[in-house]
Amino acid sequence: MSPPAAETEAAAPSAPGRRGELSEGARQERRLGLLLCAPAVVVMVAVTAYPIAYAIYLSLQRYDLRFPDQAHWVGFGNYGAVLTSPFWWQALWVTVLITVVSVAVELVLGMALALVMHRAIFGRGTVRTAVLIPYGIVTVVAAYSWQYAWTPGTGYLAALLPAGSAPLTDQWQAIGLIILAEVWKTTPFMALLLLAGLALVPGETVRAAMVDGATFWQRLWLVILPLMKPAILVALLFRTLDAFRIFDNIYVLTGGSNDTGSVSILGYDNLFTALNLGIGSAISVLIFLCVAAIAFLFIKIFGAAAPGGEPERR
Amino acid sequence: MMSHRGRTLTGWGVVNLLVILYALIPVCWIAALSFKDPSTLTDGNFIPREWTWANYRGIFQTSEFTRALVNSIGIAVIATTIAVVLGTMAAYAVARLRFPGKRVLIGMSLLIAMFPPISLVSPLFNIERVLGIFDTWAGLIIPYMTFSLPLAIYTLSAFFREIPWDLEKAAKMDGATPAQAFRLVIAPLAAPGVVTTAILVFIFCWNDFLFAISLTSTTAARTVPAAIAFFTGSSQFQQPTGSIAAAAVVITVPIVIFVLLFQRRIVAGLTAGAVKG
Repeated sequence: MSPPAAETEAAAPSAPGRRGELSEGARQERRLGLLLCAPAVVVMVAVTAYPIAYAIYLSLQRYDLRFPDQAHWVGFGNYGAVLTSPFWWQALWVTVLITVVSVAVELVLGMALALVMHRAIFGRGTVRTAVLIPYGIVTVVAAYSWQYAWTPGTGYLAALLPAGSAPLTDQWQAIGLIILAEVWKTTPFMALLLLAGLALVPGETVRAAMVDGATFWQRLWLVILPLMKPAILVALLFRTLDAFRIFDNIYVLTGGSNDTGSVSILGYDNLFTALNLGIGSAISVLIFLCVAAIAFLFIKIFGAAAPGGEPERR
Repeated sequence: MMSHRGRTLTGWGVVNLLVILYALIPVCWIAALSFKDPSTLTDGNFIPREWTWANYRGIFQTSEFTRALVNSIGIAVIATTIAVVLGTMAAYAVARLRFPGKRVLIGMSLLIAMFPPISLVSPLFNIERVLGIFDTWAGLIIPYMTFSLPLAIYTLSAFFREIPWDLEKAAKMDGATPAQAFRLVIAPLAAPGVVTTAILVFIFCWNDFLFAISLTSTTAARTVPAAIAFFTGSSQFQQPTGSIAAAAVVITVPIVIFVLLFQRRIVAGLTAGAVKG
């Protein structure tokens, strides 16, 4: 992914050039490769790189959508406004809390689910099918299901609570329920990624540990989990980034009221409720930077092998 | 011995049942809600006391929902088609050809897979208004196909690496024309991967909510997830609960059908991209 790696990759095909004819073939292969990738690259760059650059430009302006003619340059003013605002820090704190708790719970639950799918004596297919439903279902649908379940008077879960309690209107309870909804929806995805990692653990190694008298927990902690580390890191990376962008569940469950909004909710509100394109863009850019920092942390510090980042095995 | 085996089987039965209940209860709840008579909507009972199709009849009578359903299907199908075609081309190159910049492509896809969509909402909102595609199908198709391209490229290139491409040469040696070799040998081998990817991409587009509420303002392009959020308990309904539940069930049905039909492939597709890269 880094430039030097790209250089060696580029140099590789021509290096073993044995005859002129062969390098002509290699040249054609290159041309075809670039041509085939070009449309995808053009689309991806045009729809992400250009807008993010434009977002940076917008974030440096005072830009109220109600008065577009009065837009003017304010430098880093919007960033100053966001970073000194308690709303941003509150939203960031809620987002980090939701991300950390839900990913931690999902890891444990997902691992358990993966072990069930891996070792179940019967009904494996049924379990896998069932587990795909939370993955596939529209997040908004699931969120409404949870919302109504917790709405006093309507919901079967609210009916179990003491009379007069409305969990979605209390900050901490609502955050707990948002985490619950998030965990329900995404644990299956985590479990499937971990299941694929589990399938790569050689059966002989586990059986050898069993013969040596290791208990189930010893086998899990000392043999299976260390061998699964790459798969676990990839799953954690994907899920952490995904959880950090949480929007749909909060929008439906609480709308971000009572200090339950995430940074994405804050950005959305600034853009579409306050109609402040400058501040909204500044928040967008800050969220982008947070996500980049998380990805950097995972890849550089924990050594998560970025999928596809490993050497090509052709 | 028998009793031990019996206990193990029972144990697994209980575990399996727990997993299935975990997955299905929230889905069954929204379905149950959609069949409740308006008068019993707020009784807090899990199973409807009185079953009715009224909520479904209600939503299919409003253009608000039917229009959104058409939008959802049209936008998801077009975005999926484009993403799969472009993804297939790129994935073929990634899996089979040597060319400079392959790593750049893979790195870029990864970057976009991690991209926070909210960061694109504000610039796209403005760009689309200037270009005049705000609140149109194209306005949603463009971000959907972009964000699903990394998924398509990863999944497809993982599948393509597994194809025994030598068969193509063998077929040609046996006298097949290149077109025949492709149609009779390679296409059938590649088809499962392409179908799986198409399903994953479709689910992705079908699920989106943030772009759908941000880049639309009328029913012209609003998809069902966004339309649901704007349902109001207007004249026919006091509370939109019943209509929301019914609409939710309608858009869940295709997903459940895909999952039931393609369970094995969806699992393979989801994990292939992430694990094998």
